[in-house]
Amino acid sequence: MSMEEPEITHPDVIKKFMYVNRRAPYGTVYALETLEVVLIGAAFDQDVSLAFLDDGVFQIVKGQDTTQIGMKNFSPTFRALGDYEVSKLYVEKESLEERGLAPDDLLEITYEDEDDDWAEKPSIRIVDRTELTKIMAAQDVILSF
Amino acid sequence: MSILHTVNKSPFEKTTLQSCLDHASPGDAVILIEDGVYGALSRTEASERIAARMNEVSFYALGPDLLARGVANGSLAEGVKVVDYGEFVDLVAEHEIAQAWL
Repeated sequence: MSMEEPEITHPDVIKKFMYVNRRAPYGTVYALETLEVVLIGAAFDQDVSLAFLDDGVFQIVKGQDTTQIGMKNFSPTFRALGDYEVSKLYVEKESLEERGLAPDDLLEITYEDEDDDWAEKPSIRIVDRTELTKIMAAQDVILSF
Repeated sequence: MSILHTVNKSPFEKTTLQSCLDHASPGDAVILIEDGVYGALSRTEASERIAARMNEVSFYALGPDLLARGVANGSLAEGVKVVDYGEFVDLVAEHEIAQAWL
């Protein structure tokens, strides 16, 4: 009796992974846990992007100070994503506007572009709903928690 | 019998704030806590709903929850008073009933 060969995905295949963030940062644990998954997933050398829409845009609002609520302020961790080669953070324009927010209210998140002499560039890209729809349609895998 | 209503959900994700406003009587107070503090942001649909009841209901937002979320005083809807934990306790003591809209 012969053993069947397990099917193995070719290790060099790079897929487009998108993590969809739709939750505010501290009321539930979803936002923090999603960020943990992104950091773990970054070890697999895939083409990763993050989308922030609905209440997810609140995760990257600058000036968060959690000292009085006894929880970890994990917003600075978003600024480390560039070091993990996660450099595409799509933020939905309409979601910001519905919440009275402007791009200036968001964290400064950058990455170093290896294809451009390691020039520092902004990771956050403000896109409208139509553009985000197209970006989602172009993914291989979309993860949302 | 005046009621202190607590709202702890984002008005952009749940209808909790709306249900609270629909059931608040003149003379009641509403305090926004946890993700509920996003209801205190100005220039939103939620802030318009709050403004519509401002003449008969008192509105408060819990300062530590605002700070945690990076919601600065400057971006708060007019008429919403920021309180600390101690003042929250005072509000609970001042009202006969506390109703938690979860």
